[in-house]
Amino acid sequence: MQHKKLSQIAVNGLLNENPTFRLVLGMCPTLAVTTSLINGVGMGLATTFVLFCSNLLISLLKNIIPDKVRIPAFILVIATFVTIVEMVMNKYMEGLYQALGLYIPLIVVNCIIFARAESFASVNPVLPSMVDGLSMGLGFTAALAVLGSIRELLAYGKLGGIVLLGEWFPGIAMLGTAPGGFLTLGLCMALFNYVYGRVTEARAHKKQAKAKEENV
Amino acid sequence: MSDKKLMMSSSPHITATHSTRSIMRDVLIALAPALAAGIYFFGLRSLVVVLLSVASCMLSELLFTALRKKPCTLSDLSAAVTGVILGLNLSPLVPFYVPVFGGVFAMLIVKMPFGGLGKNFANPAAAARVFLLLSFSTAMGRFMNPVDWTGAGAIFTGMGGADAVTGATPLVTGDASYLNLFLGNVGGCIGETSALALLLGGLYLLIRRVIHWRVPVLVLLSGAVFSALFAWDLSASLYTVLSGGFMLGAIFMATDYATSPNTVWGSVIYAVFIGFVAVLLRSFTNMPEGISFAILLGNLITPLLDKYIYPRPFGYQKKGKEGAKNA
Repeated sequence: MQHKKLSQIAVNGLLNENPTFRLVLGMCPTLAVTTSLINGVGMGLATTFVLFCSNLLISLLKNIIPDKVRIPAFILVIATFVTIVEMVMNKYMEGLYQALGLYIPLIVVNCIIFARAESFASVNPVLPSMVDGLSMGLGFTAALAVLGSIRELLAYGKLGGIVLLGEWFPGIAMLGTAPGGFLTLGLCMALFNYVYGRVTEARAHKKQAKAKEENV
Repeated sequence: MSDKKLMMSSSPHITATHSTRSIMRDVLIALAPALAAGIYFFGLRSLVVVLLSVASCMLSELLFTALRKKPCTLSDLSAAVTGVILGLNLSPLVPFYVPVFGGVFAMLIVKMPFGGLGKNFANPAAAARVFLLLSFSTAMGRFMNPVDWTGAGAIFTGMGGADAVTGATPLVTGDASYLNLFLGNVGGCIGETSALALLLGGLYLLIRRVIHWRVPVLVLLSGAVFSALFAWDLSASLYTVLSGGFMLGAIFMATDYATSPNTVWGSVIYAVFIGFVAVLLRSFTNMPEGISFAILLGNLITPLLDKYIYPRPFGYQKKGKEGAKNA
């Protein structure tokens, strides 16, 4: 039973409650840093690390933290890990660190991390919290990677810094700016939810048919 | 009039004889002088740009309706109108991918996903022009001087885009004569060059009762007043109204039914707002032209105007003094 629940949690973060496309959380980094695939993935992985660690620690500390000061306590935990990420990036990934700039320290106030700390890690055991942090983070990373690649390809004709579309491609500069970010996000969200709706509907139909068959 | 049919349609009831198709046909007829002026002043390449834009709009709408398995809506001509207006909003020198991208954006992003004609939140042509300005700013900013008609083969001038004499628009130079501005003998976008042709088209629409005079006249008036105020110079007002896309925007883009307010006071505020913002952008930003941004902003405040300003229902009395008297 425990095992099945963990897999459900894992799928939850990637699909059912994908932070970007289903929960619409963490919009600030989503719009700001998805100008390229590498920036998107970098931001996603940094957030994943923080999310995983903060979920783990908050889940461990949930009985010690008094209810009244839980928010400052969460912030302290999250800020600690963000500082670690920031320092590591500054040392080993200078380019990415420069590209993401202010948005790295801003991971502290990313609502995905907060939401998972408040609604999941503080009421669940350690192992599910870790899985939840990881899957939410990876769902976020996947969304940022999709947005980043679409925007990078259409705005600059590149993917991951490699030129894919040659000189003939004019480059739709607007997609590299904030309005283009909103547009891409909206269209991707619509597509995701359309496909998601179709799939869950089909699944529900199948289940119903099966139940009917069994009744007969 | 024996074959007159009883037409049932949802509000707003414009007149019984108008249909979407007939209105759009009238708009196309009204745009013809502007297009003709564009071809006359900038050569045949302008026609190619406009046709590409129309084709792109119509194909995009067809594609969308086919993908969504909806009935084809091309026959109401609204896609063609958007295409022509968008084409007229481009410089005759734009590379050919610009009208194509513009048409796709106008239809597949602005118009169709929101439910098609009548449900779009913004004028597709205005939104597409803004998109193109932000995306291809260099290509959108190259303008040419009017063609010199003395030489043979002048009509093909600019076909390649290389042999045309590029020049700054009167918005940048600010020294064109009023007569040239009025006739259109100045550089600029294909459709905005001749105020005379645009006025002719606008007059036709007014006579055919396709548009009401309120929005275009007030947009122009407010533009004139505010530009005179900003420049503290009365002569600036006429220059503002005659130059750039002011007239094209006021007559053909700001009057879009779906994206302009339904009430009298709503459309007054809407029109004055558009004129104000356009002049504001022209005077105080580094963009030479602001009318398309102004129309887009006007479109976006339209739902608010429709929500908060409503006409007093017939026979309705305000509660308060009068009500107390009657009681």
